[in-house]
Amino acid sequence: MTPSTAPDVISLRDITKAFPGVVANDHISLDIVSGQVHCLLGENGAGKSTLISILAGMQQPDAGTISINGVPAAITSPKAAVDYGIGVVHQHSTLVPAFTVLENLMLGETGLMMQKKRAAERLDELSELLGAQIDPHALAADLGLGQQQQVEIAKAIWKGSRLLVLDEPTSMLTPQAIENLSESVARVKAQGLAVVFITHKLREAYAMGDCVTVLRGGRNVGHISVEELATYSEQQAQDAILRAMFGDDLKTVGAEDAAELAGATESTREIRSIDLATRPVRLELLGVSSHGHGRDVEVDDVALQVHEGEILGVAGIDGHGQGALAEVVAGQRSASSGTVRFDGKDVTRLGVRGRQQLGLRYVTDDRLHEGTVGSMSVALNLVIKRIGQRPFWRFGQIQNKAVDQEAARLIAEYDIRTPSPATRAGTLSGGNIQKILLARELTHGARLVVVNKPTYGLDLKTVQLVREILIDFASNGGSVLLLSTDLDELVELSHRIEVISRGRIVGSVTNDGPGTAEKVGHYMTGAIEGVQA
Amino acid sequence: MSVLSAAFVTVFIATVIAQAMPLLLASVGETIGEQAGVLNLGIEGVMLIGAFSGFVVTLATGNFWLGMLAGAVGGVIANLAMLVLNVWLGLNQIVIGLAITLIGEGLTSVLYLQNYSKSSTSLGTAPELHIPFLADIPVVGPAIFQQSGIFWVSLLLAIAVGFFLAKTNWGLSIRSAGQKPSSLDAAGGSVVKIRSQAVILGGAFVGFGGAYLAELTTATFTPFITNGLGFIAIVITMLSRGRIVFVVITSFVYGLAVAIGPALQVLGFAVPADVIKMLPFIVVILTLIIFARSSVVPPALGAPYTRGAR
Ligand SMILES: Nc1ncnc2c1ncn2[C@@H]1O[C@H](COP(=O)(O)OP(=O)(O)OP(=O)(O)O)[C@@H](O)[C@H]1O
Ligand SMILES: [Mg+2]
Repeated sequence: MTPSTAPDVISLRDITKAFPGVVANDHISLDIVSGQVHCLLGENGAGKSTLISILAGMQQPDAGTISINGVPAAITSPKAAVDYGIGVVHQHSTLVPAFTVLENLMLGETGLMMQKKRAAERLDELSELLGAQIDPHALAADLGLGQQQQVEIAKAIWKGSRLLVLDEPTSMLTPQAIENLSESVARVKAQGLAVVFITHKLREAYAMGDCVTVLRGGRNVGHISVEELATYSEQQAQDAILRAMFGDDLKTVGAEDAAELAGATESTREIRSIDLATRPVRLELLGVSSHGHGRDVEVDDVALQVHEGEILGVAGIDGHGQGALAEVVAGQRSASSGTVRFDGKDVTRLGVRGRQQLGLRYVTDDRLHEGTVGSMSVALNLVIKRIGQRPFWRFGQIQNKAVDQEAARLIAEYDIRTPSPATRAGTLSGGNIQKILLARELTHGARLVVVNKPTYGLDLKTVQLVREILIDFASNGGSVLLLSTDLDELVELSHRIEVISRGRIVGSVTNDGPGTAEKVGHYMTGAIEGVQA
Repeated sequence: MSVLSAAFVTVFIATVIAQAMPLLLASVGETIGEQAGVLNLGIEGVMLIGAFSGFVVTLATGNFWLGMLAGAVGGVIANLAMLVLNVWLGLNQIVIGLAITLIGEGLTSVLYLQNYSKSSTSLGTAPELHIPFLADIPVVGPAIFQQSGIFWVSLLLAIAVGFFLAKTNWGLSIRSAGQKPSSLDAAGGSVVKIRSQAVILGGAFVGFGGAYLAELTTATFTPFITNGLGFIAIVITMLSRGRIVFVVITSFVYGLAVAIGPALQVLGFAVPADVIKMLPFIVVILTLIIFARSSVVPPALGAPYTRGAR
């Protein structure tokens, strides 16, 4: 953080990196300048995280050079990156859940003894910079996602005295937390650090970024310089970015949808209204409390109904019992009291498999661990919930042809970007892993699907695709229980919205025109401050 | 013989210690490895190799300290297989571990039968260290404070490991290698280096434990002398969740279970010999049933690490 006269410049030149079946980075060149926020945009699988891994020393490029102020820099390991003053917040958390905040911060320090006191002091300083107070002795696993994010950033600043890289730091944050983050970034920038910021939300890019680079298919397909961006209106910037991001594809989308892709227009309800009174109730919870053994918030005396063809949104701050609610409906967590009814039938004692066969499906928000088996092929992941069933299994034998056919169909329908159906699922980009989950859960006799944060980390087009899939599913008579922290998404998709706080339903709003978001927000803040509305 | 005769209690306490120490040392060694994410199922073989090395050296030199050192070196050499094949080459830990156990059992038995089956193999007793004043306390004095210096060094080493794991940056790195190696890597540490250190140090402790068994507990070597002790150490390690204090406590509970059977017989209770043999294992199983639900192994235990792999 030493103030220097000339700005530091980190130059990437012709960075190329190929993985089996894909060229993730294809001759990418760009300059990262201190005191600036450099936004990196691009659809899922465009190669953003790969480029970051190369900067962080986690991957070695096949070709290309990195130099700092004209001097070649060999970032051969994460250690080397740290030595160059590069701090990184990776897309997937690198906190050790079983460690305290302090232990996480001290990890990688040299010297014999752990310097707890010094670490605590340093955290204090950083807290000020980040505008967040974090209990230094809390276990990382006990922190909310927003706070975990803050710890990651503190850790990155700790290591990074020259460059701070943030790979999709906002994908799991609430609007308030995003606001805090953007202030933190501004402060870090004022300290003279360079910042690389990856996001899928153009609004954030425009608000926080000083310049923008767009990647597509591993290539640098567009750059908006500091001077250009300063003269652009938000609208112009969006147009330029969208054009670079999607190229010719954009024509097929149309101007109005393009603006919506960008999240520029105020979100309005997209689904047709339905008359709930005439629709049979598909899912009903009566006074359900859950019982798990994690540290998770449990649901407490929850009652709700989802009708045929209805999308019921559940709003709330992350970690307020959404996980428990989803699992208790899916059958993964047992109910300690209350009744779960599905199509009029009591399924409280029914297991996951039984509920699945009735058409009750669940798309988890833990897509990496719970949702997919990373070491298995994309094709197998697509049919994994139907193990032992025809036509994919016959007499205990897997029918590769049937599996491949089904996989090919789903890959095409959901536009899953994978080198081949045989590619290991774990190697796909985050957005594409999500598409595997949705494709799997929404086919084959699904009647109700519980989706938890279905679009986090997805690119604009995929977000749109997923939302359309859910709307289609509902208008064909399917029911959706949509848990999300994204208010725009809830307003766009839901017929009604329940608000959850500390595991209880604290309010219910019918989504019938403008003002819904305010009403939901009102319940959310009311619940937080303890004033029951 | 009176129930609480001084001599009887003294022998009893000394037996508990003699039985507990090899297990304690081996469990400490296994703990270091497991905390770093390396599950060593070869511990039984490593112990045997340590025991045999210690036995051979002490028999040849008459020096118990040299024997202990040889045991530690033997343990390290045995663990080199795990180091090269797993940590460096990423092969399966379970397969390597079982191989080490089989090799250790076979090798030590063959070498013993070839060289020592016909001669006298008693090592005698190790020199004792009389701790001033404390050694003169009746009953407890002779039992605890007239032990060989090796006992005290072993205890100190175990405590030192506990301290290093909990308080130093090195300990933090070890633990993170078992929790989430990618985090250690991303933070600029070296997973391979840390795991290598853990495997080497762990091997030294396990070998040391084996040598303790041969030199101080039994004062000789016989084929298969460990008799499953290594596997009990694995159980204790998992139950203790990396806390050396718990390792110490459970090891002594085991020692107690071993010592109590013969003591009961001496006292005139008609306890069948089979029950006495089974007792330590029953105690271990009971402890398992009561506490094992909370046995938490490091999440990355058994998983080789490759940077950047997804
Ligand atoms: N370790 C790896 N092994 C194999 N393939 C990989 C690996 N890392 C990335 N890829 C592939 O490289 C491509 C780019 O992935 P990358 O994670 O960089 O995308 P991204 O732009 O970060 O996407 P997202 O927005 O979804 O995070 C993808 O096709 C992905 O499947
Ligand atoms: Mg990414």
